[in-house]
Amino acid sequence: MNRISQIYNEEKIYKKLLEDRDITIDDALENEMVINMGPQHPATHGVLRLVLRLDGETVVGIVPELGYLHRGYEKMAEEMSYIEYIPHTDRLDYTATMCNNVAYVLAVEKLAGIEAPKRAQYIRMISAELSRIAAHMVAIGTFAMDVGAVTMVMWTFREREKLQNIFDRLAGARFTTSYTRIGGVASDIDDEAIAMTRKFLDELEPALVEMDKLLLGNRIFIERLEGIGILQKDDAIALGVTGPNLRACGVEYDIRRAKPYLFYNEIDFRIPTYAEGDALARYFIRGDEVRESIKILRQCLDKLPLGEVIANDPKKVLPHKTEIYSKMEELIHDFMIINFGINPPVGDTFFSVENPKGELGFYIVSNGSGHPWKLKIRSPSFCNLQAISQICKGAMVSDVIAIIGSLDPVMGEADK
Amino acid sequence: MGLEAKLTQDGFITTTIDAVVSWARKSSVWPMPMGISCCAIEMIAAADPKYDIARFGSEVMRFTPRQCDLMIVAGTVTYKMAQVVRRIYDQMPEPKWVIAMGACTSSGGMYRSYNVVQGIDQFLPVDVYTAGCPPRPENLLNALMTIQEKIGKTKAHDFQNRSLSELELAQN
Amino acid sequence: MNLKELITEKVKEKFSTALEEVSDFRDDLSLTIKKDQIAALGKFLKEDPDLEFIMCKDVTAIDWATRKNRFTAVYHLYSFKLNCTLRIKANITDDPPAIESVTSVWRSAEWYERETWDMYGIKFINHPDLRRMYMPEGFEHHPLRKDFPLLGIPGSLPLPHEAE
Repeated sequence: MNRISQIYNEEKIYKKLLEDRDITIDDALENEMVINMGPQHPATHGVLRLVLRLDGETVVGIVPELGYLHRGYEKMAEEMSYIEYIPHTDRLDYTATMCNNVAYVLAVEKLAGIEAPKRAQYIRMISAELSRIAAHMVAIGTFAMDVGAVTMVMWTFREREKLQNIFDRLAGARFTTSYTRIGGVASDIDDEAIAMTRKFLDELEPALVEMDKLLLGNRIFIERLEGIGILQKDDAIALGVTGPNLRACGVEYDIRRAKPYLFYNEIDFRIPTYAEGDALARYFIRGDEVRESIKILRQCLDKLPLGEVIANDPKKVLPHKTEIYSKMEELIHDFMIINFGINPPVGDTFFSVENPKGELGFYIVSNGSGHPWKLKIRSPSFCNLQAISQICKGAMVSDVIAIIGSLDPVMGEADK
Repeated sequence: MGLEAKLTQDGFITTTIDAVVSWARKSSVWPMPMGISCCAIEMIAAADPKYDIARFGSEVMRFTPRQCDLMIVAGTVTYKMAQVVRRIYDQMPEPKWVIAMGACTSSGGMYRSYNVVQGIDQFLPVDVYTAGCPPRPENLLNALMTIQEKIGKTKAHDFQNRSLSELELAQN
Repeated sequence: MNLKELITEKVKEKFSTALEEVSDFRDDLSLTIKKDQIAALGKFLKEDPDLEFIMCKDVTAIDWATRKNRFTAVYHLYSFKLNCTLRIKANITDDPPAIESVTSVWRSAEWYERETWDMYGIKFINHPDLRRMYMPEGFEHHPLRKDFPLLGIPGSLPLPHEAE
């Protein structure tokens, strides 16, 4: 009581109250409120920051703020050779490391005019599809966790652990793999890795059924997501959305089919699309893509040709380590490539692949020297995030969480 | 501690308050997962069924700094993010510890560029550095055990001064 | 007539004087246009019923450091109808660099142009919200310019100091 009278006696506040004479409790709640979400928030998938303007619980306006993970990739690329940059591509979309490796290496090969042997291309396809499953496992798990199903993240990470064991066998690292090389892959796939992959695929199918049972039999999950965050087809194209998020709006655009790279033209697979464009469709499409990836992987393992895994082009492709230690010529080539680079011709190319998040493109400008003059990364998460302000307008605050989860941005890639 | 065995023998145990308090402190370290980039995925992997951080009493990942006593900085800290990390660290109650997970947080790692802080020890007191890019989950668990060892050496009254003064402020 | 010829012919017909260069390197078609025509060309490419480049995939710039026209703006477009990617370039002649924004044609260009402004300091005229994308507000430099050192300028970005 004493305190309150003290406050009211204070002249400044009293004056303020006189100015706002007709303020009531109801008015105060009807006023718009600005809240800050992130960059440290369990549901923002890293360090995305959103500034929301709320009317009651409805989102009136939303401004995403990026750059909390801006590591200067494009600047660093200008200072290092093409080969040196491969490990950096791992950390772009860190849930799908192999896909990024493959994308970057293919872009450089296009620029330098190198073609990898067929077996290497198939191994790249296998690793990229495995990585796609790994990325979708994280996407589904964290998405379900965001809307309350914490069990899912345990289940999907259980599957992911098996994948990482395969990567461990394949590349020697479980997470940041840096597996591809310009002109091929670092090491051949051995029988054990193939057996592990087959075993994993056999186990994954029933696991996916279990996951679907857990989530789709759950009324809360469905009602939380159905009709939430609808993105129209035209808006999605206008905003540059690609990947699963675009296909969930009904656009059948997949670069693996539109502009086949590697040997995707030899593989039979379906492009799942949904017409709804809501958060639930974006969940479904990821599950379907995992099933398609299983199909692709089985075909790749069956069709895997024999042969070399690295191209025979001594001026541009690094020789294998065992040869460097025993042969003079290889040692010289290794020295030249490491110190002076592979020197692609003057020109610029844009090459894009279908990553788990969407279209990952590399625009490389070469001036004939050993390092790129400019390297621009067209990252799918960055472009997909642009749709957030469109989708979230008019949604509830709790839906914002579900929408971010369903768009599945990875900030390492969005901020570069 | 084999507590149950003792209790069936005599029904009581003798120990020092320091031992009990530090044992309690170290056995339930609540981490604040400051997941910024790649290391965050491996941090989740450390909590998943295979590695199971719950064995060390640290499965309670709290996203609010007020409930945590260990901050795991997992991922590259940029200058823009550094302000946020420091602010969250300041909000954590004493006593508190910090793990710098991975090469980026420890030394800037592979990012020698304009926007990456070359080691978070420039603005945070770090207790344990973890090597790797990212460290395997085993390595994170090892870091956690090292922190537990460090906490085990604390005395009950070690963190009294600061909290007492704060208490006085609240009474006024 | 193949796709590339069709696109080139169409553009030549409409923008005969503004088209500066047509190149085809590694199967990538690239058109260079005078910078004041960029928005008009964008509108044409998007709305022509035979072309329909309705998606803008990327906007960026190149810093040539020592050339006379130091910056070149680069746009990557995609047409679902033709299943074709097209690159448009425009050499920026002004100093300080400025070019017309294409946000009125492709909404997605909004963030790409903000990023390009942040990294290169190219002003996009008529852009609805030209703020920095990545670097903090108040940062004075543009990191991807060739005269900006990789390790940054000491003191340009503050570190947090200890709380009282």
